[in-house]
Amino acid sequence: MKETRHTGDFYIRSKGRRIVIIGNGISGITCARHIRKRDSEAHITIISGETEHFFSRTALMYVYMGHMKHEHTKPYEDWFWEKNRLQLVHDWVTSIDFEQKQLQLQQQEPLQYEILILALGSKPNMFGWPGQELQGVQGLYSYQDVQRMNENTASCQRAVVVGGGLIGVEMAEMLLSRKIPVTFLVREERFWQGVLPKEESELGMRHMREHHVDLRLQTELQEILADDSGRVRAVVTRAGEEIPCQFVGLAVGVKPNIDLVRNTELEVNMGILVDQHFATNLPNVFAIGDCAEYRVPLPNRKSVEQVWYTGRMHGETLAHNLTREPVHYNPGPWFNSAKFFDIEYQTYGMVPNEWEEPVQSFYWEHASGKIAFRAVFNGKDKRLHGVNSFGMRLRHEFFDQALKENRTVEEVLVKLQEALFDPEFYEQHNHEMLQAYNRQFNTSLQPEKKKKKGLLAVLGL
Amino acid sequence: MKAIQKTGLGIFLLALLLFNALLFMGQFELSEAQLQEAVKPEHVEVLRQELQPMLGKTYTSSFGFASDFNSYLDNYNEERQRSQQWDRVIWDNYAFALTRAASQGFVENNKLLLLLLTVILGAAGALLNILPKHRAEPAGIKNNGVMFSSNKSRGVVGITIGLYLTAIYVLLYWYPEYIVNWALLVDPLSYALSGGPASQWFLYGTIYTLAILVMGVRMLRKYRGNNYQMIRTASVMFFQLSFAFLIPEILVLLNLPWYDLKNIWPLDYDFFFDYSVASMLGSGSIGLFLFIWGIILIILGVPLFTYFYGKRWYCSWVCGCGGLAETAGDPYRHLSDKSLKAWKVERWMVYPILVIITVITLLTIANYFTEFALLKQSTGVLHQWYGFLIGSAFAGVVGVGFYPLMGNRVWCRYGCPLAAYLGIVQRFKSRFRITTNGGQCISCGNCSTYCEMGIDVRWYAQRGQNIVRASCVGCGICASVCPRGVLKLENGPEQGRITDIPVLTGNESIKVLN
Ligand SMILES: Cc1cc2nc3c(=O)[nH]c(=O)nc-3n(C[C@H](O)[C@H](O)[C@H](O)COP(=O)(O)OP(=O)(O)OC[C@H]3O[C@@H](n4cnc5c(N)ncnc54)[C@H](O)[C@@H]3O)c2cc1C
Ligand code: SF4
Ligand code: SF4
Repeated sequence: MKETRHTGDFYIRSKGRRIVIIGNGISGITCARHIRKRDSEAHITIISGETEHFFSRTALMYVYMGHMKHEHTKPYEDWFWEKNRLQLVHDWVTSIDFEQKQLQLQQQEPLQYEILILALGSKPNMFGWPGQELQGVQGLYSYQDVQRMNENTASCQRAVVVGGGLIGVEMAEMLLSRKIPVTFLVREERFWQGVLPKEESELGMRHMREHHVDLRLQTELQEILADDSGRVRAVVTRAGEEIPCQFVGLAVGVKPNIDLVRNTELEVNMGILVDQHFATNLPNVFAIGDCAEYRVPLPNRKSVEQVWYTGRMHGETLAHNLTREPVHYNPGPWFNSAKFFDIEYQTYGMVPNEWEEPVQSFYWEHASGKIAFRAVFNGKDKRLHGVNSFGMRLRHEFFDQALKENRTVEEVLVKLQEALFDPEFYEQHNHEMLQAYNRQFNTSLQPEKKKKKGLLAVLGL
Repeated sequence: MKAIQKTGLGIFLLALLLFNALLFMGQFELSEAQLQEAVKPEHVEVLRQELQPMLGKTYTSSFGFASDFNSYLDNYNEERQRSQQWDRVIWDNYAFALTRAASQGFVENNKLLLLLLTVILGAAGALLNILPKHRAEPAGIKNNGVMFSSNKSRGVVGITIGLYLTAIYVLLYWYPEYIVNWALLVDPLSYALSGGPASQWFLYGTIYTLAILVMGVRMLRKYRGNNYQMIRTASVMFFQLSFAFLIPEILVLLNLPWYDLKNIWPLDYDFFFDYSVASMLGSGSIGLFLFIWGIILIILGVPLFTYFYGKRWYCSWVCGCGGLAETAGDPYRHLSDKSLKAWKVERWMVYPILVIITVITLLTIANYFTEFALLKQSTGVLHQWYGFLIGSAFAGVVGVGFYPLMGNRVWCRYGCPLAAYLGIVQRFKSRFRITTNGGQCISCGNCSTYCEMGIDVRWYAQRGQNIVRASCVGCGICASVCPRGVLKLENGPEQGRITDIPVLTGNESIKVLN
């Protein structure tokens, strides 16, 4: 990223400064907690219209599925906030006066700030389909969305989910957990095509079909039809097929939730534009999490990153910047994870969906078709770019280090034993994988084992 | 498949109904001869007089019989006490033995048939319901609908089951004379194993073991594909069936004391009480072996195994209380309280109980060696109170009866002194920890929700910190239900076991500066 102004001149450092954070998601809350750790005097206020207390957005699906109650998805007990003097305001901000440094709230008195942190999150994309406003049609992002989904699916015989990404699969799994048959419309040729290579995508699709998801590839939504009462009764695909359903889940991605600051003096593009310190164009105003867009994206990274982990790192870094000497945002190697029904997915580093010379790939799949591993690397010097794993847990620390130290794919594969993170008594596949690699690349690598000391080795520890 | 499962459930419920109805069946008539046989010689004469109105009278239920007996005996005892004739008070509890002796008619004559129709058919029905579960589904843990279930979420069904279990424990511990008919049922089995009639404890052991076996099969279905859970479940099923149920009965058959080889003081709280020690030492070389075995487990087994594997080697692989909690209790594991307050209460209960039983035991031993000069018979009173409050009321009534209300590890968490001992070793000197996988946690809360010990696993996981907690029984469920592969139970070097990571793996910004 390009150097910009020094944040030092750029925000208020006075004792007892009034810091207001809009948004109590992972980015806003992380930031607040870390500021509080290092600045015991600041007045910190967190505003959200969604829920009074921070909850885990990633766990929304489990609430619908009955694995947890909403209470269980709160990472901190309710007393935590008062104890740490983090003032919570449960209300919507309707407008911001950047001149007067004042926030208008829907229900409560206006609020003054000295430092404003925008952690507004995202909202589901809607592509203007005819019928998208009908009853029984919705996205999935917020607490309220889950409430609505409960009501909307109370007497649903068949559901359609639109969109070939993570939230789409989650919605399919949610609906199936309540025994509602699901038709899953994916515009592309295969599932999550923009992210996953072909084999992984197929593995995922096989598993979805095993769960009786009616997967329709290369199928686009044309319009949603209503019954007499204004409820959805069917969808029509671009090919003209009518699929009867009483619920439509729209999961075609999210976009930064920045309606609040559009057409103000704050500079926005897709999201709120920030520099490498998360500073916006206005002094004392910062943006983090899903709603922030880097003016200059980091190498190999997107300008808007909408995942839990980046939100958390934004929060950590901005808090640091507001309490210590400012540093540049510098996330380590990329990582992410998800779960497709029963199959866990983890990724470390950069694995593109397609690649060209000199980039090469090693892919291994277990006979069950449910466990897989891919390593993508530079064909010339064998330097590892990244790995995907399915149905197998890998150690974050191991790959974080391997990627930072520019290890080769072969160094990583012979040491893979150290990276295995599956529970005890699970079958280990590292030898099989190494053999597959040897066959594919004509090598004769041998697994490296950590040496164990006398007694412990005897005891098998 | 659905039809078979429903039939299974139907059979189970009918068997349960019959099982309960049995308590109201049969006849009870006590003859002089039976009385003579069932009580100590010195009490025969007194009881013959006091129970005169009952002798030869036919009662149509154990309730009528036992309550008459109790009131006659109470009258007699009260009178003796009033006239200060302490030595003539009858302290022995004859209610169960006499009710048993007096029973006749339907239940007495059809033990085997009724055993088949209640206990065995019930277990078969339950299995019929359980075995087809998840048949057509890919392997994977499904907690779907747990929070909507009346049984699993403290609804009417759950509360009813809780009350029922509590009532059974109260009868078992304090009014066994009312459940004589149940004990009669398992008489044939008891004769086959140990050659003697079934006591209420044999009945309890049988049902307890069956519950672990049948619900163990449920675990094996639910967690299929998860080797840790499968092997662990097989282990508790094995230890219950062999160590806790069959071997002790065989010991009895061989005229040795009833002894559960895997039960360890201070869970086995009366191990050092005079009567146990006397019984072991009075049983020849095998008795002596049992005594030494028990001591070795306490001073060597517990610290050594816990050092290598954490307290899980016992609590979720071997222990009988743990075995029941991990099988029959599994549907209720999420009901444990995760609050910080509960953790405080836990520490203020479980460690004091360890201290109390240690003190009682030391006093007992000291008393024994001073030939009762130190405290006379008063240790007996301590034993009784501990047995009543902790051994029975806490471990049994609350510990199991409250499964559907407070979760399946109430006893293990708040009450078990052995768990406290194991926990101290695990916390301070062990290779066991639950490793957190860098920055992968999404704070979803599945781990904390399903932790039966009420550990807020997420609190650690979301900070990238390993979980090293005295109370963790290593059931591994947190790791099993985590959707992001964040947790791993491991034994490893002590160095680096307890971590504190200010900034999570993945964020280089701040490390760069620091
Ligand atoms: C169903 C689902 C599953 C997901 N699963 C994963 C996953 O497995 N892994 C992963 O990495 N990421 C996942 N994500 C993405 C992840 O949840 C988000 O990236 C993350 O929550 C963004 O955090 P945030 O703090 O930026 O914003 P948010 O969590 O969206 O918080 C913003 C808050 O600000 C409030 N707000 C906005 N405007 C106003 C206003 N004007 N007044 C008051 N309050 C306002 C919003 O209501 C909201 O509560 C998932 C997202 C969804 C929806
Ligand atoms: S279940 Fe896994 S991802 Fe969820 S909070 Fe626990 S450790 Fe984190
Ligand atoms: S922390 Fe995990 S392993 Fe330990 S008791 Fe809780 S759920 Fe079981």
